[in-house]
Amino acid sequence: MTQLALVIDLNVCVGCHACVTSCKEWNTSGSAGPLCDENPYGLNPTGTFFNRVQTYEIGQYPHSETLHFPKSCLHCEDPPCVPVCPTGASYKRKEDGIVLVDYDKCIGCKYCTWACPYGAREFDEKAKVMKKCTLCVDRIYDQSMSEADRKPSCVKACPTSARLFGDIHDPESTVSQAIREDGGYALMPEWGTHPANHYLPRRKTKLKIHADELERADNPLKVDGQLPKPGKDESSMDDVSAW
Amino acid sequence: MKPAFSVIFLTTLIGAGQGLFLALFTHQSYALFGLLPMQSDAFYGYGSVLVLLLLIGGLIASFFHLGRPERAWRSATMWRTSWLSREVIALPAFMGIAFLYGVSHLLAYRPEVVTLPSGLIIDLSVVLGVIGTLLAFVLFVCTGMIYACLRFLREWHTPLTVINYILLGGSSGFILAAFYAASAAPDQADFFAGWAIIITLLAFIGRAASLVRNAHLKAKSTMQTAIGVKHPHIVQRSMGSMGGSFNTREFFHGKNEAFMRSIKPTFLVLTFVLPLLLLAIGLFSPVLLGFAFILQYAGLLAERWFFFAQANHPQNLYYQTIG
Repeated sequence: MTQLALVIDLNVCVGCHACVTSCKEWNTSGSAGPLCDENPYGLNPTGTFFNRVQTYEIGQYPHSETLHFPKSCLHCEDPPCVPVCPTGASYKRKEDGIVLVDYDKCIGCKYCTWACPYGAREFDEKAKVMKKCTLCVDRIYDQSMSEADRKPSCVKACPTSARLFGDIHDPESTVSQAIREDGGYALMPEWGTHPANHYLPRRKTKLKIHADELERADNPLKVDGQLPKPGKDESSMDDVSAW
Repeated sequence: MKPAFSVIFLTTLIGAGQGLFLALFTHQSYALFGLLPMQSDAFYGYGSVLVLLLLIGGLIASFFHLGRPERAWRSATMWRTSWLSREVIALPAFMGIAFLYGVSHLLAYRPEVVTLPSGLIIDLSVVLGVIGTLLAFVLFVCTGMIYACLRFLREWHTPLTVINYILLGGSSGFILAAFYAASAAPDQADFFAGWAIIITLLAFIGRAASLVRNAHLKAKSTMQTAIGVKHPHIVQRSMGSMGGSFNTREFFHGKNEAFMRSIKPTFLVLTFVLPLLLLAIGLFSPVLLGFAFILQYAGLLAERWFFFAQANHPQNLYYQTIG
C-alpha cells in the first residue's frame, strides 16, 4: 500500500517561504476555487494557507540557533480528523494515503480541526468549508505534465531541495532512505497518529582536517631530508622544498 | 479553545430540555406505581411542549455553528465513527418521541399497550416515555462524547465530561420542572424541587471533580515534541503569518487571566450555590423557583464558556508569536 508523504530536511531549510507562496499560487488557481485572502494589503492580512513556515529560536543567546520549520498537513497514517467528520467529507485515500476534504460535502462544523493536534487544517472564511494540504493531488497524477513536474508545488519550489516527496512505504524510495539513514522523525509521536510526513533533524556539518593532511606527511620528497623546510611566509613548491 | 456561542446555547438548551423530559416522566412513573397522584394529561402534555421549545431552540442555535447549514442533512451519514453524527441523529429522534409523548397526553390518546400480571396498565404514553428517557440519555452521551472522545484535549478526555453533561442538564431540567409544577400543579412542586436539590448537589460534585482533575493536568505535548527538537529552551519567533489565521482565532479564547479567574467562581455560585439556596427556601414559590432556573441558566452559559475556554489545544504550541 502506498503512502505518499513529504520529508522535510530542517538542516537545509533556509526559511525563504518559497514553498508557502508556491503552494498558495497553485492551490488558489485550481478547479477547487480560490483560497480566501482577507485584507491582503491591509493592516491585518489573513487567509487560508495549506503550508506555513515558522521560525523558532533554540537555546539562549549567544548559544542559540534559528530553526525554520515548514508545517503542513502530515497525512497521518491514523488520522484523528477523519473518523470525527460527521459527513464523510474528510477521508483518507486508500490508494495513496492522502488525507483529503471533499469541499462539496463539508458542512464547515470545524470539528475536524479540534481533532487535529497539529493545527494543519484551516477554515476558508469565504467558501465556508475546511481546507487543507492535498499533496497537490491535482498535479502529481496529471499526465499532461512532464514527469519532473508531477510533484507537489512546494517541492518544486524549494531552492535548497529541503523537501523530498515520495512513498514512505517503499523501502527503496528516496524518502524512506532519508528517514532511515538521516534520522527522520515524526511530530508529536505521543498521540499515536503516525504522521506520514517526517522531518530530518538539524545536523552539525563539520569538516575535519588533520595536521598531516596539511603537512603532506606522505610527500616522498621529504624522505631524503635534502631539501630545506621553507619559512611560513615563503612560497613553497614540491620540487624546491620538503613539503 | 474559543467558546462558540452557538454550541454553548445548543448544549445548555437541549440539556434543560432533556432534563425536563426526564423530570416529567419520572413523575409519571412514580404516579404509575401509585407513589404520587397521577396528574392531568395537560400537565405532562404542556410540559412536553416546553421540552420541545427548548430542543428547537438548541437545534436552531446549532445551525449558527455551521459554515454550510444547507448541507446539515449530510451530517447524519457517519454515525459509525463520529459522535457528532450520532448526536445529529439522536437529537431529532428524541424530539420526535418528546413530540409524540406530548401529543399522546394532549389528545388523551393513551391506548393500553400491555397489562402487567400485577394489573398495572402500561399505556402508549408510558411506552413513549420509556423510549424518550432512553433517547434522552443517548443524547446526553452523544453530546458529552463529542468532547470526551478528543484525546488531545485532555481537559475533556474523561468520563467526567459525559457525567457532567448528564448531571448539569438534569439539574437544569428538574429546576425548570419544579418551577413548572409550582405554577401548574403546586402540590407536586416539592417532588421536583427535592430531586432538583439532589441532582444539583451531584452535579456540583461532578463539576468540582473535573475542576480539580484539570487543575492537576500535565501537558503531554510540549514545544520539544511539537517540533521534535530536544532542547529545554525553544522560543517561537514567527508563526508564519502577520495578521493571524484560523489557528489563532479558533483555538484561543482571547480573554485575560483575570477574566478566566473570575468566571470560575461566577459559574460555581450561579449554577450551584444560588439555585440550591433558592430551591431550599422557595420550595413552593413559583417566583423563586423561576428565578432559580434563570440564574442557573446564566450560570450554565458561564460554565459552558469556561468548559470550552479551559481546554488547551496542543496546536496552540505552534501559534505563540506573531512576527
